Amino acid sequence: MSAVLALTVRIQREDFDVAAEIAGLTAGRTDIGAVVSFSGLCRDEQGALTALELEHYPGMAEAEIGRIAAEAVERWPLQGLTVIHRHGRIRPGENIVLVVAASAHRQAAFEAANFLMDYLKSRAPFWKKEHRADGSEGGWVEAKETDAQAAERWKSSSE
Amino acid sequence: MTTRLIYFAWVRERIGMPEEHVELPAGIETVADLLRWLQSRGEGYEHALQYPDVIRVAINQEHVDHREKISGAREIALFPPMTGG
Repeated sequence: MSAVLALTVRIQREDFDVAAEIAGLTAGRTDIGAVVSFSGLCRDEQGALTALELEHYPGMAEAEIGRIAAEAVERWPLQGLTVIHRHGRIRPGENIVLVVAASAHRQAAFEAANFLMDYLKSRAPFWKKEHRADGSEGGWVEAKETDAQAAERWKSSSE
Repeated sequence: MTTRLIYFAWVRERIGMPEEHVELPAGIETVADLLRWLQSRGEGYEHALQYPDVIRVAINQEHVDHREKISGAREIALFPPMTGG
């Protein structure tokens, strides 16, 4: 029933081009009616931050995001899904993460992108450390309870 | 059998190394047992693992809870709650 699924998961140090990723997902296809993209960027927290250092678990990062993506594909009728997560030193204004979900209709694309981000936040093995503008030792960013709750809500809605 | 232990973020910083290979003593059956044993290995471990409930664990690169059996694990990773995205 659903057409060919284009699934891409990349963990990389380099930046990505949001427009190029969207274009790549839809190029040559006439069955996609909706594309939702989310990109997460590094904030400077009112000038307090000079960079974020993103540590990750090589191997598991790809595997876990692949498992989350596979779950999204099972839950929604998607025709394309691209997930890119950067690691290393990222400066304010730069991209950190991208999710692009493509489907025939908007609802599936919106929901899948939302689900992916909620799960990435609480299950993908990445950790952010702050580099502060005043030169003081920046700490590790603490996980937010609201992010864990955001991921939890997808469980109850599936049962 | 040696098991590869991998540490990330502040768990890595407090323990003072990114990874190590250990021979697990007899009687270490679950993740919770492993955390308890590691805590006894020195100050850094004690500091890293003083609140074991917050420590997240992956066996062979998959999330597990603290009741999981560790027999046959090649690679066990310990890390704080994740903050990606």
